[in-house]
Amino acid sequence: MKKYLSFFKMRLMAGLQYRTAALAGLSTQFVWGGMEILLYRALWSAHPERFPMGVEALAAYIWLQQAYLTFFALWQWEGELAESVRTGVVAYELTRPADLYGMWFARSLALRLSRGLLRAAPVIALGALIPAPWGLRIRISPAAFGLFLVSSVLMLAVVCAFVMLVYALTFFLEDSRGIMMLGAPVADLLGGGIVPLPFLPAGLRKMAELSPFGAMQNVPLRIFGGDIAGAEIMRAMGLQVFWAAVMVGAGYALMRAGLRRVCVAGG
Amino acid sequence: MIEMRGINKTYRVRRREAGLSNAVKSLFSRRCTEIPALRDMTFTIPDGQIVGYIGPNGAGKSTTIKILSGILRPDSGECTVNGLTPWADRRKHVSRLGVVFGQRSQLWWDVPVIDSMELLRDIYRVPEARYRENLERLTALLELSDLLKTPARMLSLGQRMRCEIAAALLHSPEVLFLDEPTIGLDAVSKLKVREFILEQNRLCGTTVILTTHDMQDVDALCSRVLLIGKGRLLLDGSTAQIRAMAGENLSTEESVADLYRRFGI
Repeated sequence: MKKYLSFFKMRLMAGLQYRTAALAGLSTQFVWGGMEILLYRALWSAHPERFPMGVEALAAYIWLQQAYLTFFALWQWEGELAESVRTGVVAYELTRPADLYGMWFARSLALRLSRGLLRAAPVIALGALIPAPWGLRIRISPAAFGLFLVSSVLMLAVVCAFVMLVYALTFFLEDSRGIMMLGAPVADLLGGGIVPLPFLPAGLRKMAELSPFGAMQNVPLRIFGGDIAGAEIMRAMGLQVFWAAVMVGAGYALMRAGLRRVCVAGG
Repeated sequence: MIEMRGINKTYRVRRREAGLSNAVKSLFSRRCTEIPALRDMTFTIPDGQIVGYIGPNGAGKSTTIKILSGILRPDSGECTVNGLTPWADRRKHVSRLGVVFGQRSQLWWDVPVIDSMELLRDIYRVPEARYRENLERLTALLELSDLLKTPARMLSLGQRMRCEIAAALLHSPEVLFLDEPTIGLDAVSKLKVREFILEQNRLCGTTVILTTHDMQDVDALCSRVLLIGKGRLLLDGSTAQIRAMAGENLSTEESVADLYRRFGI
């Protein structure tokens, strides 16, 4: 276990040194969040009765989404990993007495945390300064807050399991940029990245909530805003556990199969 | 002890003639050619030997190294390195193995070299005392003290190669594979690397397999040379024997070129 932890620490250190990137990301996220708030406010003032979410829940969703963006952003890939399969640098990783899936999972997780940690707190602080009802406030009970934290961890597991599945596919496709490019917008829509899932038409919403993408940001963000509660939370978290387990299993099996037929060319 | 018995490995390569019409044709019928990379490869290397593994480009050198490192599975044949089959007992096998691929880097690009070293320490579970001892020795011999705190991307090729070699030896491997370790290095760095490999072999009894196109590497380091071509082992002997086969007054380089021609490889 220690080796995966060190691997995690390494990626975290490598990621934390980009201060300017964090600063740029921070301002982007704050401005983007502000624009979204303005947009939804316009929508709300036109038809308040047709709004599918509480205004406070929506505001919490948007600010927290901006703060934690890099934790679940599926358009961010660790280019180096897929690249290492394409170019053969992966050969080095195979000469290590460690499991490749474990090493890469730790690495993906650390990449997301390192990009997010520097910018989450300032966005949250700025979001909290916005006056009610459009600012970020904690309105849920401590118990629900606890569930929010657990579900955030589950979200990270689901996200990393999903990207690992794509990296494992690289062993068969040689280049996975295609699936990454096609997959990212679909995942963004079904995951509640473009609009929160309650804003989708009923049928699509149902499908999205059951899909692996609905087990990502959708769950913790809606718990935090109080948009879902009680049995709904349990059901959503159950789906998170289910998808994490299924995708870790599938990714692991796929990677094993890929490694068996691997052919490291050149050199 | 490294043993290879009757190892075969074939790659499938898709080919087509030049031009657009052939590119379109190949969409419908693809022709595969089987390229035998290794044919009935058999040799034994005792502990503590430095062996030069030479042959022209595409002879099967890297394929052999990859099979010995457990990365690649041969089609048939048996292979054991200190009693373990590399591809079957991969994790146990690689924990006793050090590998340097001259054209690829194992150091983390953006962080200081020392961080990469500490990561390797944890991956190989090197006890702290032995890690310190090894790092100190490697730092002194390879003159790394100024380099360790520098990010790998800021190092010159020669500096980086010294760090790569140190990184491959932190866990005191019994066997070391060097795949073109002196490629692209200047004269001073080359000499330093060679001197170090000899020293490591003398002090620790590390078995070294070296693939290279640099015959001076072979002259300076190897007590034994395996010459391969088109996937077959053609010659197994000392550099002196190779020179004797090629004729009078030729350098090792010229002798090897002469042998390549004679074997038609």
